[in-house]
Amino acid sequence: MTGPLVRDGLVTGALRRVGAVVVFLAAILAQLLPALARPRLIVHQIYNAGARSLIIIMLCGLFVGMVLGLQGFDLLQRFGSEDALGVAAALGLLKELGPVVTALLFAGRAGTALTSEIGLMRTTDQLAAMQMMAVDPLQRVVVPRFLGGVIAMPLLAAIFSMIGLFGAQLVGVQMMGVDGGAFWSQMQGAVRLDDVQEGFIKSLVFGIACSLIAVYEGYHTEPTAAGVGLATTRTVVASSVLTLLLDYILTAAFL
Amino acid sequence: MRPNRALEIGTGLFVLLGFAALLFLTTQLPGSGVQLGEQSGYSVSARFDNVGDLKVGSPVTLAGVRIGRVAGIAFDPTDFKAVVTLDIDKRYDHIPDDSDASIQTAGLLGGKYVGIGPGGSDTYLHAGSTITFTQSAIVLENLVNKFFANFASGRSAGGAGEPREDAKK
Repeated sequence: MTGPLVRDGLVTGALRRVGAVVVFLAAILAQLLPALARPRLIVHQIYNAGARSLIIIMLCGLFVGMVLGLQGFDLLQRFGSEDALGVAAALGLLKELGPVVTALLFAGRAGTALTSEIGLMRTTDQLAAMQMMAVDPLQRVVVPRFLGGVIAMPLLAAIFSMIGLFGAQLVGVQMMGVDGGAFWSQMQGAVRLDDVQEGFIKSLVFGIACSLIAVYEGYHTEPTAAGVGLATTRTVVASSVLTLLLDYILTAAFL
Repeated sequence: MRPNRALEIGTGLFVLLGFAALLFLTTQLPGSGVQLGEQSGYSVSARFDNVGDLKVGSPVTLAGVRIGRVAGIAFDPTDFKAVVTLDIDKRYDHIPDDSDASIQTAGLLGGKYVGIGPGGSDTYLHAGSTITFTQSAIVLENLVNKFFANFASGRSAGGAGEPREDAKK
């Protein structure tokens, strides 16, 4: 890590960071195939990023779905079309809330863990030690974590959407008395496979974006205690903003 | 990183749950999407003057119960009618062959569907048979146009007629 010879301004600094992230992504992609030779490392990271986020994802999915059920019912009731609650909840969860809220939770739960873990490795010179032993830290540490996040995110988003749907059904059908048959049949009539696919692609893109930012910030941490904290904060902020920005772009592209 | 049994079981469970959720979302939510075990049915056709915005995948119902789906919509160039192919679940194989098919709208915001009204015949619909009694989609714009045309002609006949009689006097 050589310091810049010329101090960066606001614009050049931002540009430089974006460029560095893209270069880092290229470096990760170049190491993708060699890293696949060690599937156990990737499984470990899927466990860290995915399985350990499961409880929070399911809990939040349930509550988001329940709120959607309440709000949707209240809104649709004003037009006398409560039966469309299933459609509203399913489309809202599949296309927006599922991928976006999962990505935000992922950034807070798994992204920070990734950044601080790799950041601490950098701070305690573990990455340098690996290089001394001719082990590529990119291949051994960064790529499995990146892949674990990318694989875990769409699965987490799908689980979130499914649980959310049951939450909406719980509130709408069990509590508010929307007809259960109408809830499901209207939903099946209106939801297309394209909608499911849109949500899946979104969550995949968010997974790439959030994992990339998390490993980048960790790998490029300033090797001090404060640096690790700063890098963790930057991961959450950058992941959240990028997720919402990408969400707008993807939504516009799919319409 | 030693192999860890609990970790691998946990990961396996998570991945399995994730794929189960994906499968649920792709097969259970879209009515016209991939459907497991519902491919077995027989198809009958019905000819309509106008199908409105009926779509492939729209439900076919009898007494409000979903019994199948619209499998295809084609156009017959000889008599300018729409030929709709209906895929009916083979569980429902006792539908009289003089039943009628009408295109209806599900609620104010809902889509179009084909409603079957059972007839009284002793012979039943089977694969390849045609429903002869059909009622086309009611196109709301046509109704509104017709209404306003009648309304306007009624008004102009009454409004323009009287002054003319006055003028003659």
